[in-house]
Amino acid sequence: MSASAEQNRSLNFDDALLEIKNVTLRFGGLTAVSELSMKVPRGSIVGLIGPNGAGKTTVFNVVTGFYKPTDGIVEFDGKKLTGLKPHKVCEAGLARTFQNIRLFYNETVLENVMIGAYVRQKGAWWQNIIPFTFPGAAKEEKDIESASLNLLARLGLDSQADAVSSSLPYGAQRRLEIARALATRPKFLLLDEPAAGMNPQESQELLEFIRRLRDEFDLTILLIEHDMKVVMGVCEYIWVLDRGALIAEGSPEVIKASPKVIEAYLGKEGLVAGASEEAANA
Amino acid sequence: MSLNMFIQNFFNALGLGALYGLIAVGYTMVYGILRLINFAHGDIFMLGAYFVFFATIQFKLPWGVGVVIAIIGATVVGLLVDRIAYRPLRAAPRISALISAIGVSFFLENLAVVVFTGMPRAVIQPDWLVSPIKMSEEVSLIPLALIVPFVSFALIGALLWIVYKTKPGLAMRSISHDIETTRLMGVSVDRIIALTFALGSALAALAGIMWALRYPRVEPFMGIFPGFKAFIAAVFGGIGSIPGAMIGGLTLGFVEIMSIAFFPNMSGYKDAFAFILLIVILLVKPTGLMGERMEEKI
Amino acid sequence: MKIRNSILTFLAVAALGYFLWWASLNLDRYMLRIINLIAINAILGLSLNLIYGMAGMFSLGHAGFMAVGAYVSALLIITSDQKVKMWILEPIAPWLMNLHTSFVVSLILAGLAAAFVGWLISLPVLRLGGDYLGIATLGFSEIIRILIVNLTPITNGSLGLKGIPAHTDLWMSYGCLLVALFFMIRLMKSNFGNVLRAVRDDEIAARTMGIDTFRVRVLAFTLGCFGGGVGGALMGNLITTIDPKMFMITQTYSLLMIVVVGGLGSITGSILGSVLVTTMLEWLRFVENPINFGSIQIPGIPGMRMVIFSVLLIAIIIFRREGIMGTREFSWNWFFRKGGVGR
Repeated sequence: MSASAEQNRSLNFDDALLEIKNVTLRFGGLTAVSELSMKVPRGSIVGLIGPNGAGKTTVFNVVTGFYKPTDGIVEFDGKKLTGLKPHKVCEAGLARTFQNIRLFYNETVLENVMIGAYVRQKGAWWQNIIPFTFPGAAKEEKDIESASLNLLARLGLDSQADAVSSSLPYGAQRRLEIARALATRPKFLLLDEPAAGMNPQESQELLEFIRRLRDEFDLTILLIEHDMKVVMGVCEYIWVLDRGALIAEGSPEVIKASPKVIEAYLGKEGLVAGASEEAANA
Repeated sequence: MSLNMFIQNFFNALGLGALYGLIAVGYTMVYGILRLINFAHGDIFMLGAYFVFFATIQFKLPWGVGVVIAIIGATVVGLLVDRIAYRPLRAAPRISALISAIGVSFFLENLAVVVFTGMPRAVIQPDWLVSPIKMSEEVSLIPLALIVPFVSFALIGALLWIVYKTKPGLAMRSISHDIETTRLMGVSVDRIIALTFALGSALAALAGIMWALRYPRVEPFMGIFPGFKAFIAAVFGGIGSIPGAMIGGLTLGFVEIMSIAFFPNMSGYKDAFAFILLIVILLVKPTGLMGERMEEKI
Repeated sequence: MKIRNSILTFLAVAALGYFLWWASLNLDRYMLRIINLIAINAILGLSLNLIYGMAGMFSLGHAGFMAVGAYVSALLIITSDQKVKMWILEPIAPWLMNLHTSFVVSLILAGLAAAFVGWLISLPVLRLGGDYLGIATLGFSEIIRILIVNLTPITNGSLGLKGIPAHTDLWMSYGCLLVALFFMIRLMKSNFGNVLRAVRDDEIAARTMGIDTFRVRVLAFTLGCFGGGVGGALMGNLITTIDPKMFMITQTYSLLMIVVVGGLGSITGSILGSVLVTTMLEWLRFVENPINFGSIQIPGIPGMRMVIFSVLLIAIIIFRREGIMGTREFSWNWFFRKGGVGR
């Protein structure tokens, strides 16, 4: 750890926003995550990579409270996160997106974002039903609407605010999912394969977009990604997971050079390439 | 409670439980494959009872012939229900099929009112089934009390053989694990589903016949409560599991009969026991006694 | 635009008021009963739609909550003289003897009682999903019915309650419907309405967005039960006789039909569904009555009404699953944008 921290002077691992301490998760006899420890420095953009089935999304599910780890704890801003229900995790300031986008497809783009903002809404549900009596609650709801429109504008979705979210093109759906996550006013954003389904041009733009998000919204971002260009291009620090266990961590340069990673991850592609060459020869 | 009373109650519970179990396997097989509560199943059971009633009492056919007619009739109805009301909804949200099932159940009950009239009709029990046989000094039993559980267990045995030892049975189990993959393997899924409905309906008809002999009458709404209770038995035993359905049915039978035997003033609440049992099992162990856990993918 | 819409809404309510005034003077008792039933069924349909269509909980327990409401209201407005005469099997519970309130108070208490029972039930039951929820709510509704049959000192058991004052008139039932509509529309237009639909459409995403989905569900369920209780009370005061048999699963099925025909999740749909299903159920009575063609008499067929009813339910779910409205709503803007599709 100290050696890699040396190479990333800009990252302060003593000021970790999210800390995963020795987390193990077992389903029956299957160990999905084993003794994972990670420290995510405040304000950084970091990545979690690994071959398919390595347990990356499972780590997200543990952090966001969908799975309770068999062992170990997760801390957020010095407070224990483990054992909290997913909605409490969101309240604490963590938001996420999903590998296969999960929008509210019957709702409009604006409504999707407003649903995200609900977690910070103070007025009770009944105050907005009774007319004239609760001007504060009515004003709050108006403010949520304009703030949501504003957020959509910043993400370039304002022109489609009244469109049903299922009618958006794929890329816009991904951005909407991020907008919805931002509406919960998170400090920490988990992105699950944000570049999936994008062409090289789009993923190049994504790099800029993710950096902009971090700077404009004052976020710390942890992302899972398969697109190595995106990972190496935007992440300041990377953890590599294989079969639930951490096999390497460090700056992009360190990861690129790590023989273990090449074997577990990149090496596989080499093997596949070799196999197809053999097939071609035969 | 005297020994005789206890023995009577014991066989009463065993018979009732076995019948619940016999109906429950129909629910459990269909739910295991289609994730559908086949609300109409209790009404197939009712139709089975009616068919045998008409064949033997109205048309004076021998009992054996009546039983065959009832099985064939109920099976045909079961197949038609699947074909007309469920198959068009395979790709629809599950709740749609469930509403369709409610509609079918409602339809069959009222069709029975139209065709058979709403009047309950008495079933004449053959003498040899109900003339008591002396077991010992103080205990005597009617043959029916022994025949019902015996036949039910034999039928479950036969069903288990079909499901675990034959090729269509293998296909059934495979569909309940993964319907799409099974389809890709070249299994005619719709036919196997039809077979499932046919087997379930035939067993329900047999249960209906035995029910009509035990409580000697038939009426159009006789299937509703046994149906609900059998479904509860299936959930209790772990939905999808055939032995589980039988264990669930027996448990329910014993709970109902024994609680009234020991607390006779609770008899007004008899029908509530099953629902309370359901809610308790769903809260304590939602997968039932022998069910498998299903995880939702995030 | 907004002013125009307000004026139009006002005019529509005024027109309804005029129609009710005209109807109360000119129509016979049978017709009035049907028009009353349309409003009551609309209230019940709306409340079931809130639970099922808006919040996505497949509940089959509505008849039970109606029963709670109907009994609470009836017990509060029947006079003590009537009570003495009615309880023949067992004497009435003494504390109940002199309990008496006005009709409107009894309506509210009926709603609250049903909501309370619904809330109690929801705590264990709403942890279940999908069709298990359906069967468990159905079970609770049966348990409520069994309790009513057996708690004779309070409910007069299977004999039911007779001679309930006929407080439900057109003004009462349509007044209640308008109130229900008003709050329902405001609820579904508020951000909480968005949240309800979010919980229905994707529970996992909703939880990730910080929504306590269980709490939201319990709330929607309880509100729906409140409507069920008020609807049951209105029904009891319209028919003036209630007994446990009235609140069997069949009652829930016809409400389900209203919601499905109209469109799950559509307020407009529940109103249209109620008009259609209520009139159809009445109209279908003719198949159960003998018909005379001059000298030839065709005997009525008992049960035929429900056979046709159930065939229609199956046909709708197979051929037009989304019902009349889908999840769409009527709006004046939609009305004037001819042929356009409003949301």
